[in-house]
Amino acid sequence: MLCYGLRVAIAAPQQLDDAFHALADSNRRAIVARLTRGAASVSELAAPLDVSLPTVLQHLDVLQRSGLVRSEKVGRVRTCRLEPGPMRAIERWIADHRGIWERRLDLLGDVLDDAFPTTKGHRSK
Amino acid sequence: MSIRQHDFTIERRFRQTPEQTFHAFADPDLRQRWFRVPDGWTDTEWSLDFRVGGGELNAGRDDGGNHHLFRSRFHDIVESERIVFAYDMLLDRRLTSVSLTTIELRRDRAGGTHLIFTEHGAFLDDLEDPAEREHGTDLLLDGLEAFLANEVSA
Repeated sequence: MLCYGLRVAIAAPQQLDDAFHALADSNRRAIVARLTRGAASVSELAAPLDVSLPTVLQHLDVLQRSGLVRSEKVGRVRTCRLEPGPMRAIERWIADHRGIWERRLDLLGDVLDDAFPTTKGHRSK
Repeated sequence: MSIRQHDFTIERRFRQTPEQTFHAFADPDLRQRWFRVPDGWTDTEWSLDFRVGGGELNAGRDDGGNHHLFRSRFHDIVESERIVFAYDMLLDRRLTSVSLTTIELRRDRAGGTHLIFTEHGAFLDDLEDPAEREHGTDLLLDGLEAFLANEVSA
């Protein structure tokens, strides 16, 4: 069946707990709100907040561990963005869909080798 | 609700001839050995009418109780050369995708088969459980984001 890979798309309850914990703070909500308008550097995120830079970094750490935000460092600038959650789910689903056909065609190769044994050459992908 | 379009191609090479490979598609006994529901599934159903206008039905319930159904219709069959079919996937009786698939069997220089599987799929994003659980979470977070954006700009 083509659909059985779909079950891997179930979100872990822990993921939801972490997300809500991350959002249970007004500064972290402000960071998320800012990122809904696009990626931003750490200093851009810190500018409107009335807290120290180390505190902003701690907030970002909580947000990243929750899976809501990811960041990458290019040179000396760390850029943060929101994780595209809905995209993740459907991309994974499509990858699973393709994977099922790949496994099925591998199985076809095994069936062919069993039903029509040959000695010459090698099967390759 | 949304539709995601996605195309993909899978290629395989087999030592067996295109005639033998085609036989593994057309012969019900051989076909069932590679195109089947996994072991341990219940309520399994299978039927095959391998001709243009005919189709295949393959259904069963996985160990988590989710019902999966594949149903296809053959649009073109050229013996040992190509098979064109369209198929639906349903999860718990809800349509999740519709695809058009072509399978080409080409004879390679060694006399074996070069199989090219190409699919054009429309994936319907409004999934039923279990994937909807994550989708529901995503929608919830989208809503939160929108709310937060308003909260900040207000």
